[in-house]
Amino acid sequence: MKIPGCGQTQKGADMHRRNFLKTGAALATISLAPGVTLMAMGQGVGAAANPNARWGLLIDAGKCPVDCSACVTACSQEHGWENTGLDTDPQWIRKVTVKDPDTGYTNSLPVMCQHCEDPPCVDVCPTGASFKRADGIVLVDRHTCIGCRYCMMACPYKARSFVHEPVTGQKTTSPRGVGTVEGCNLCVHKIDRGDATTACVEACTATGNNAMIFGDLNDPDSDISKALAAYPSIELRGDLGLNLGVRYQNI
Amino acid sequence: MERVMYSEIKSTPLVWGLLVLLGVFVAAAGAVVLYIEHHGHIVTGMNNQIVWGLPHVFAIFLIVAASGALNIASIGSVFGKLAYKPLSRLSALLAIALLVGGLAVLVLDLGRPDRLIVAMTTFNFTSIFTWNILLYTGFIAIVGIYLYTQMARRIPAHIVKAAGMAAFIWRLILTTGTGSIFGWLVARQAYDAAIMAPLFIVMSFATGMAIFLLVIMGASRLSGRVFGAELRTRLARLLAIFIAALLYFTAIQHLTNLYAAEHSAVEAFILRDGGIYTTLFWGLQVLAGGLVPMAILFHPTLGSRAGMVVLSAILVVIGGFAQLYVIVIGGQAFPLDIFPGYEVSSSFADGVINAYSPSMLELTLGFGGVALALAITVLGLKILRILPNSLSDVTVAENG
Repeated sequence: MKIPGCGQTQKGADMHRRNFLKTGAALATISLAPGVTLMAMGQGVGAAANPNARWGLLIDAGKCPVDCSACVTACSQEHGWENTGLDTDPQWIRKVTVKDPDTGYTNSLPVMCQHCEDPPCVDVCPTGASFKRADGIVLVDRHTCIGCRYCMMACPYKARSFVHEPVTGQKTTSPRGVGTVEGCNLCVHKIDRGDATTACVEACTATGNNAMIFGDLNDPDSDISKALAAYPSIELRGDLGLNLGVRYQNI
Repeated sequence: MERVMYSEIKSTPLVWGLLVLLGVFVAAAGAVVLYIEHHGHIVTGMNNQIVWGLPHVFAIFLIVAASGALNIASIGSVFGKLAYKPLSRLSALLAIALLVGGLAVLVLDLGRPDRLIVAMTTFNFTSIFTWNILLYTGFIAIVGIYLYTQMARRIPAHIVKAAGMAAFIWRLILTTGTGSIFGWLVARQAYDAAIMAPLFIVMSFATGMAIFLLVIMGASRLSGRVFGAELRTRLARLLAIFIAALLYFTAIQHLTNLYAAEHSAVEAFILRDGGIYTTLFWGLQVLAGGLVPMAILFHPTLGSRAGMVVLSAILVVIGGFAQLYVIVIGGQAFPLDIFPGYEVSSSFADGVINAYSPSMLELTLGFGGVALALAITVLGLKILRILPNSLSDVTVAENG
């Protein structure tokens, strides 16, 4: 409402109130639980997503040796999760050995979150903690996840893990928490700082196997798009029509 | 015509003793929740393959039964069967109590139960869980209003009927939501079937009626009031029809799957090779919880004996619980088919039957939910005029 002759005062009051709210929000962010601060950071990361990009991976199973798990080790170190062999341990990425029962032909490939365009985990999440960024990366907001595990029931790839015990020594780039669900985040922190790769792809390249390519599926000039255009590839459970960000060759 | 009179049950040592016993179970469940909250779910039997365990079986069982417990009230108010009207109040009270008990277990098994406020304030409307939060709270409110319209003086009959109709429609939608949690999961071979919603509705008819029978007979005994043999037999026959319907839906569920080659592996697992799940399916769900009580209750003499009705109702409860165990746990035990046609192995249990041993903690939490539901029912009977002074066949006949 505009008060005649009082425009300046009114505006001043608005500014004052706005500044007060801003300061209050800043103070609240600092003084509340550390989790709240992280949440603010999380929103910042979301805002950085490039809506024109669709980040993805191409995995060539033909180049992936059965006995190599460099990608798994790299992911574990990058994000601070550990698989000690317990069925309650998280596994953001795993090596799966695939054998044709008729021919005996065997090969191996890593499976992680497939970063679906239509992710069932996002559909079923009651709080919206499971969400997809504008650049196609599917993430869990660890601050609104209530630990209902519905996303784990809905994921066709078993890509998610539930944190069964308190965690220590977390990486600042990969916040984790007991009682919440987690999974591959496509090294979103690396993408946002412009590394243009993921820990698993870096490790795979370092071994010389070069079985993994990271890149922008929307960019026809990217390595991943060129490789996809040149050779046949498949999506896991393509029958579900989820349009995956992760593609496979030579399974 | 004698008017049906309702009154609170009296404070007897038996009533107080029962409440104390139920309180012990609820307190134990509370302690379990604090323990799991402190240590994480690692202290339970659940893991990254069996992510919903025994607490979910208890929770879903109670929530499904809650909707079914409202049957009697619906038959009285919505379908105009006057003989059932004296039972309507207990039917509504029991429905609310069972839902609260089930909801408590569900919520307290969350990884972060302290964040319940997030679930109550941040909604994602593509999630059936979100719908369920609204359906469950709405159910408590609508059935509460329905109970009030029945108990308050000078409420016109058409208002009571309208409230009963709203509650009836709401309960059908609610159980559709519960069944669709599984029916709409495309990822897993054991789910992804439209029949889940109607299957759960029929399951609610059977288990809700069985629990109602046990509670009305128990409450009559507890308060020393008459529960007529004719009325009991009538309810028991209805239960037998519900059991038959549940067996029919179960048969169709599995026959449909068996016909499709892509589902033959999961069907072979549940029906033949699944060990504990196969035993639970045939032994408890179909035989002990289905065919046996149905045969007893349809039998001209056995079905009219009080002891046999109690036995049958207990068997239906056990059978319904087994059915949910097979659906919830058995469905997760069967491996996901990520690479159709291939044999797979990994460090994350790909391609293998997932193991699950429920812990005592989960059992205690589940029993806590059951105890909470019963405690609410007993307290309701104690402080509200829920139970008719007499349910003798003469009283019921005069009103029906």
